Amino acid sequence: MRKTRWLWFICATAIASVQSSVAYGHAMLERAEPAVGSTIEEAPTMVRLHFSERLEPAFSALRVEDAAGKTVDRGDTRVDPDDSVVLEVSLPDLPHGKYRVIWRAVSVDTHVTEGDFTFTVGQ
Amino acid sequence: MKFRMFFAAALTAAVTLPIHVDAHGFAGKRFFPATLTTDDPFVADELSLPTVTSVPNSTSGGAPQTRETDVGVDMSKRITPDFGVGFDETWQNFKTEEDGSVSGFANLGVSAKYLLLKSDPSEFLLSVGLDAEIGGTGSKNVGADEFSTLTPSIFFGKGFGDLPESVALVRPFAVTGAVGVDFPTESRSAGQDGEIERHPHVLNVGVAIEYSMLYLQSNVRDIELGAPFNHMIPMVEVNLQTPLDRGAAGQTTATINPGFVWSGQFMQIGLEAIVPVNDRSGNGPGVIGQIHFYLDDIFPKTLGRPIFGGTP
Repeated sequence: MRKTRWLWFICATAIASVQSSVAYGHAMLERAEPAVGSTIEEAPTMVRLHFSERLEPAFSALRVEDAAGKTVDRGDTRVDPDDSVVLEVSLPDLPHGKYRVIWRAVSVDTHVTEGDFTFTVGQ
Repeated sequence: MKFRMFFAAALTAAVTLPIHVDAHGFAGKRFFPATLTTDDPFVADELSLPTVTSVPNSTSGGAPQTRETDVGVDMSKRITPDFGVGFDETWQNFKTEEDGSVSGFANLGVSAKYLLLKSDPSEFLLSVGLDAEIGGTGSKNVGADEFSTLTPSIFFGKGFGDLPESVALVRPFAVTGAVGVDFPTESRSAGQDGEIERHPHVLNVGVAIEYSMLYLQSNVRDIELGAPFNHMIPMVEVNLQTPLDRGAAGQTTATINPGFVWSGQFMQIGLEAIVPVNDRSGNGPGVIGQIHFYLDDIFPKTLGRPIFGGTP
């Protein structure tokens, strides 16, 4: 009986391990366009964030605010269909000024990371 | 039959229940790495294997020159999202020029920790915990105590990401710490040479000051650091032990440990020097290295999540 219990235990552990063998991690921001904290001459048409893990589109979010805290992006945030580690949103023609990018990334295993940064246009 | 049903139910639960989404060392934008010599302020599913330490021990009080080498394992497991337990075990070797070396296991350590407070906007964590070194489980060869020692502690972590824009480059700084008091279950015992040894209460203080390149690059300014430097977290840890009574009051020992942690997707690697601040604390610099695994990232659906609770 004891042997049977151990066999069940080993089988259960093995199955659980196999189903979890595809490991994912927290989606960390690896690179941004425009770059974090950068000053650029021409206003960007998009903000694109490159993460270390594939993203869950339904729960990941990205918005861009001006210095007054008003949202200025076009509201079309999406995970790039050709590259699921990229979160992007398009922008209208931005006047000179400082802008804040606020993001929340949910990786495909539902780990959440968040952050924000600024970039400056034309100053 | 009941046993099979139990395992079937447990397995089904393990693969289907919702995953707790928060995990090792995050508070808002801040990722706190596991520190090498100061206990962490967060509850997590993690495994340190191995932690290797090599230090020349103090020769004060007529003690012979020895080099101590420790190889340890430490594992923590979340029971609920805010409550976790852990264990640690260390193999020790003491080498002297005159007498060769002695080796053995130190006493088994077990611990429990509860996350009291977490503030994402303030990047702040506060936890309480209890460590227990279980007497008599280690080897007498390496001086493992026959009595147990209980250490209630408080742990904190604070990132400086909420500082104003004018000091943005200070934002990647964070500090973590732990303060606890050792309560031995025996006030005195007979040593190996028959002498009575007294066992004082001891105040333990650990502080880690760290500067996260991850945080700098992601939230403040991309200075175009390439791998592996973009995932480096330089840090300095300070650890202090002060006996409070029983004839040893004030005989403080302390070390300053400068080094770094490199944090990857599923693991981190840490390396620090151990610099004693006085003769009682050591007889020269030592070193500590650690490989640390994020079990919540490696096994997100099984071993790496709380046993109870945890919803997306």
